[in-house]
Amino acid sequence: MSDTHAESALATAFVRKDMLPEREPPVAEKGAVKWLRENLFSSVLNSILTVLSVFVIYWVLSHVLGWIFYGIWDADSLTQCREIRDERYGEGMEVACWAVLTDRWDQLTFGFYPSELYWRPVLALILFLGAIAPVLYAELPRKLLAFTAASPFILYWLLWGGSIWGPIAVAAGFIIAWLVFKTAVPIIGQLGAIIATVVVPILYWMFLAGPLAGVIDGILPIGIEYVPSDDFGGFMLAFVIGIAGIILSLPLGVVLALGRQSDLFIINKFSVIFIEVIRGVPLIVWLFTASLLLNYFLPPGTNFDLMLRVIIMVTLFSSAYIAEVVRGGLAALPRGQYEGADSLGLDYWQSMRLIILPQALKISIPGIVSTFIGLFKDTTLVVFIGLLDPIGFSNAIRASTDWNGVYWELFIFIGLCFFISCYSMSRYSQYLERKLRTDHR
Amino acid sequence: MATYTDPPTESFRLSQLIYDTRYRSMTIQVVAFILVMLALVILARNVVINLGALGKDFDFGFLFNRAGYDINQRLIEYSNDSTHGRAALVGILNTLLVAFLGCIMATILGVFAGVLRLSNNWLVAKLMSVYVEGFRNIPLLLWIIVIFAIMTESTPQPRDFRGEDAEASMLLFDSVAITNRGIFIPAPVWGDGTLLVVAVFLASLVGIWAFRRYARKRQEATGDILPVFWVSLGLFIIPTLAVYLAFSAAIARDQYPLVAVGAEQGMTLEDYVAENRNPAICALPSTAGVNLSSALRGLDQRADILRVGSAAELQASVASGDCIIAAMPPDMVDEFTGAVDGVEVATLADTVDRGRPLQFERPQLAGFNFEGGVQLRNSLIALWFALSLYTGAFIAEIVRAGILSVSRGQTEASYALGLRPNRTMNLVILPQALRVIIPPLISQYLNLTKNSSLAIAVGYMDVRSTLGGITINQTGRELEGMLLLGLFYLLTSLIISGVMNIYNNSVKLKER
Repeated sequence: MSDTHAESALATAFVRKDMLPEREPPVAEKGAVKWLRENLFSSVLNSILTVLSVFVIYWVLSHVLGWIFYGIWDADSLTQCREIRDERYGEGMEVACWAVLTDRWDQLTFGFYPSELYWRPVLALILFLGAIAPVLYAELPRKLLAFTAASPFILYWLLWGGSIWGPIAVAAGFIIAWLVFKTAVPIIGQLGAIIATVVVPILYWMFLAGPLAGVIDGILPIGIEYVPSDDFGGFMLAFVIGIAGIILSLPLGVVLALGRQSDLFIINKFSVIFIEVIRGVPLIVWLFTASLLLNYFLPPGTNFDLMLRVIIMVTLFSSAYIAEVVRGGLAALPRGQYEGADSLGLDYWQSMRLIILPQALKISIPGIVSTFIGLFKDTTLVVFIGLLDPIGFSNAIRASTDWNGVYWELFIFIGLCFFISCYSMSRYSQYLERKLRTDHR
Repeated sequence: MATYTDPPTESFRLSQLIYDTRYRSMTIQVVAFILVMLALVILARNVVINLGALGKDFDFGFLFNRAGYDINQRLIEYSNDSTHGRAALVGILNTLLVAFLGCIMATILGVFAGVLRLSNNWLVAKLMSVYVEGFRNIPLLLWIIVIFAIMTESTPQPRDFRGEDAEASMLLFDSVAITNRGIFIPAPVWGDGTLLVVAVFLASLVGIWAFRRYARKRQEATGDILPVFWVSLGLFIIPTLAVYLAFSAAIARDQYPLVAVGAEQGMTLEDYVAENRNPAICALPSTAGVNLSSALRGLDQRADILRVGSAAELQASVASGDCIIAAMPPDMVDEFTGAVDGVEVATLADTVDRGRPLQFERPQLAGFNFEGGVQLRNSLIALWFALSLYTGAFIAEIVRAGILSVSRGQTEASYALGLRPNRTMNLVILPQALRVIIPPLISQYLNLTKNSSLAIAVGYMDVRSTLGGITINQTGRELEGMLLLGLFYLLTSLIISGVMNIYNNSVKLKER
């Protein structure tokens, strides 16, 4: 009885035995429509925001695009630019006058550097890119690092010129230091060797390097035309100050950070005072100090280049910031790393070099790079102590009768150049972070 | 039987200073200390020799000498007869003003941009990325100059506001004018009863605080949640507004008589100003003065308002002829009948409103420029906006990182406990995110304060321009001036970072 009931129920039930063919997803759930729904119109508020943003973008682009792309590239002065504009587009239309860039290109990039010597900064830039490539990309052969080590002297010689023996005599100091270290370690032990390694080259540079270079130059004069720092300007100046500051401030910053983390009371306090005093005062005050006050602190009668002073100040300034960033990295390492290094019997410098710093620096990469970006942007401040960086030149160009009244073209150009440099630095730091990440997430 | 020998007692040898790690650190420190001190002594000696060669001494007495230069923006009384010290103080206040304004606006911008950058609206997130990257990667100095150029080059001149079909018009019901000389906004004028309104406002702040405390206690005791936000908002607005409106209704229409110098009794204001064009006026309270000046403007007259604080001051101003029309409470008129210290005065037929407890004086086009109201100079605006936009981009990144630092598990756990999204935000996410956000936020405030020294680019008179600029140029005291300037910035930094450390310690995760 119950069986028949069940069978009749089965007979009337509908059971699908074959798969339905796959169907297209609904229109609203695929492709562009889905993307739009999810990313632009997911709620009322979002829709309002989207419409507002579209309106803002349209408003900005409609005002700016034409101005940029109808811009005039061939004119000698702003008046001529306006004449060409009236002729081409009729009166009342506002277009950019990019001609100011072509007209003053040399000044904006090289300043007053002698025009027949432009190949030198250009070559220096190419060499510099070649020199930092092995530092930036670990895939390149390590032998290239020898060129990197030599590049500061080559670049200095290319940019400033003069006798080749000066940079070589200075570079020889480093070789002497290395030789002293190698020979002294077996004889007087590590600490003594380190002290000798510091003292001997300093004595060499102070007393021997100058006369030596002079003597050799007298015998065998090899050199190129000397260009004084006053002739440097434009983006070249910004790059020279920025790159010199970046290269010099990293080691100094690391040393300061180690000092601040040190157990040695006096070293620790000196580092803290130095870092806090430098960081507590704006760069512009330090630059004014460099230009107004430095003479008071030097032995009477000495005087040196304003640009060199600026590089020193910028270096000290950003090394204090880097010290803080690196200190954060040092503090973030677990105590076990320090203890592990000690238990392996490594001394202080070995444990720092092999265990602690590689990890601490890796953690601090984003901070270090953003300090570098800050340093590069801060090179614009030199305009206030009379150096002609791009912003200084933009003021000078506007002061000439030809280009009186040109604002936005120069600002856009300068801003774009800085943006490209700084943005690529920050992208590189993101690349490095990804590459060095070891947590396998 | 165990025998043991004592370890040989070592005597101290000099070589231990280098080779024994127990003593070596002392050696290093002493050597470092001596070297640093030596360097400092050499520097100090150089300074003394160089100062001597230049015939200068080291003396801060110049701070008490006459400055002799003008400062176009000042928060306290200053004239070119004031001292260099006073000029430095004006500069310090200007620095703090732009830093304060900048911090507020940068925080608002940064929080908005940071939150919107995490929005699930693709377009908005991208727009915010453009803002953040654009400002972070271009020098602040360039932004300051650009905004200054926009303010001076792309805004209308005051004369463009003139005439029937003027090229430019004022914003917000004719109360704000954006010109190439700066932005003119209404100025607040205190009238009678301001003190009462302010007192009520402060009392309601105390009330809000007490109510929140009570609500929290009650929630902890019983679990009931009171509508804290709405009650706070109500307490914030309603009592103050009620007192303000009640006061306005009661006294604003009171008519205050006018006393004019050299007038005939019962003359109309119109007749009087026909003879005395563009009169100087003074009034008690100040709001009556504002009403009088707008009445005069109706008669095509411009009025110079002289600020007076007391009845005696009012009387003195009339007696000295500094103002020739005075509005005052009716009971004071008796003292003015006939003559004040020998000056003939008489009451006019017209009267003016006493005015509300707080009124706004609108800027008005007069001659070649706007008058009345508050002028925000282009230098201030450019510096303020550029600093805020620039720092705001950094704050946006900090806020974004702070919100991302709270793991999703926290939100999910909070939902699992049955908390709704807004409570999850307030009770779970924000307290944890703020711990990450606040320390770098404060260091951004510090950066903003230090970056305000870029005021030099637009001629804003901050402490670097007064103490570190004109004062140094005039007195030739570079060493002293730069030292004081550095000390000011250093002190500001140390105070702010000290506060930050205290805060950090209070929110630090308490571990074993």
